[in-house]
Amino acid sequence: MADVTHYGPARLLPGDQIAITTNPDTEPFWQAAKEGRLTACQCAQCGAFRMPPTPYCPECQSREKNWPTLPGTATVFSFAICNKNPKNGEDYVYVPVVVDLDGAPGARLNANVTGCDAEDVHIGMKVAVEWTPIQDGWVLPNFRAMTAGA
Amino acid sequence: MAWANQDKTAIVGVGATDYYVRGKSWPRTINDMAGEAILNACADAGISITDIDGIAYYSGAGAGYLDKFDTASLMETLGMPHVSFSASLTSGGGGCPGAIGLATAGLMNEDAKYMVTLMALQQLPQHRLGVVFGASAPNPENSFLQPSGLVGPGHLMSVLARRHMHLYGTTQDAFGEVVMATRANTHNRPKAVRKAPLSKEEYDASVMLADPLRRLDFCLETDGAVAVITTTMDRAKDCRHKPAVVHACAHGGTREWGRAFAWMGMPDPHFASSGHKFTADRVWAQSGLSARDMDVALIYDHFSPRVLMQHEHYGICEKGEGNDYVLSGKLRYDPATGGGVNGGTPVNTHGGNLNEAYIIGMTHIVEGVEQVRGTAINQVRDAEFALVSGGPASLPVSSLILRSA
Repeated sequence: MADVTHYGPARLLPGDQIAITTNPDTEPFWQAAKEGRLTACQCAQCGAFRMPPTPYCPECQSREKNWPTLPGTATVFSFAICNKNPKNGEDYVYVPVVVDLDGAPGARLNANVTGCDAEDVHIGMKVAVEWTPIQDGWVLPNFRAMTAGA
Repeated sequence: MAWANQDKTAIVGVGATDYYVRGKSWPRTINDMAGEAILNACADAGISITDIDGIAYYSGAGAGYLDKFDTASLMETLGMPHVSFSASLTSGGGGCPGAIGLATAGLMNEDAKYMVTLMALQQLPQHRLGVVFGASAPNPENSFLQPSGLVGPGHLMSVLARRHMHLYGTTQDAFGEVVMATRANTHNRPKAVRKAPLSKEEYDASVMLADPLRRLDFCLETDGAVAVITTTMDRAKDCRHKPAVVHACAHGGTREWGRAFAWMGMPDPHFASSGHKFTADRVWAQSGLSARDMDVALIYDHFSPRVLMQHEHYGICEKGEGNDYVLSGKLRYDPATGGGVNGGTPVNTHGGNLNEAYIIGMTHIVEGVEQVRGTAINQVRDAEFALVSGGPASLPVSSLILRSA
């Protein structure tokens, strides 16, 4: 691979630019986020996790759900490094990450990571949830590197 | 077991407009361009527009990303007297060659006699695919993706490419070779948007849009329309050109690829893949053929890493070996011999979405037809079988094998 580009600090996208919507299947996730509680949709019958939340468990077709409180830590599964704010095109270094959630095998979230330089983000890196207020009073789970530069 | 509809239908006409850089087709309208492509395809087939009595769409009958085709509008626009088949595959560009299977289904059901499959694309500023994901209003499902700033297909593909690099040691050099190898096929193509040969230095200097992907790893943004006509073999014999026989065709996919690539829940090894293994295995089973039997491969190339990953799913090389296969020059076409390089199968002899034009996959079907007719600009010598792929994208993706008559 070619020489590593130096991007500098990985920033979170500004929360005031971000809006979400919910439906009855997904709203418990976002309500928990408002309480500072990271959860994932778990089948109450067979225990399998799924994200985003859907009406049926794809493993056993049950409609019963649990919303357990997770440890709030995660592992980077993959990522990209982006350098433009998608809302206005201005220079802005952010790192979208796909993370595997601890305590919820098979459940992933897509978020931003901060607390390190963008070029130091790597697959397998441990991160911890960090809450970002967004539009309409909702709160978004993002992540922070647990050991800077690790 | 061989496919029941093997060699029962053929593509007999191909037609297109010029290819325009994004937005430059205005003041032409979508139906203006679609009409030209359909009429050109009829002329190529040697039939009248009034013979067309079926339309087999893909991408939910999409015309680009925000417009939709309407069969009645096309009938009124072009003077088609009646239509007895009007149907579409769902989702997006992944269904492109699969629409020939849809056409075949309608033909074998005797619903219609001459089926058109088409795409027209006009990327006015508000219609740019590159921003469609991010510009779309939040909904309960994309609220788990959009806030991360993964707003375009290139961002999503970048995340998948990164995982492939992590698992298999794949390099950006290989992505560059995909672009350079297929760029080498456009210098003699009058309609191609990018014709200048591409050096490694130029590739390396291309701006990084979503690390690890550079601007040149992203396909072109173009306007234009392409249409193809499929009919039964008995009718095909009366058409102007040698039929491009539909030898195998499949669309679909598995749950492990699932809602990719706007989902990111795919387990390994599906995450760092093209999502094509299911339809690849189906066309090989339908035909009794394997990748080694293909004389040319027209591989959907909206992003360069996807070409590499499809090689692994079609069995052109082994899983995880795409990097070395690509870097050994095996995608290249050798005009001196009319064959491959270093034992490889020539890929995207038309330049593909990366270099010629991006009409959401249709140009790959046209090139497959011209190759098995023996009339391609970069003709593979004695080409008997052409593989055409659509996607990776949201399911269905699709696969087509064309055979020379």
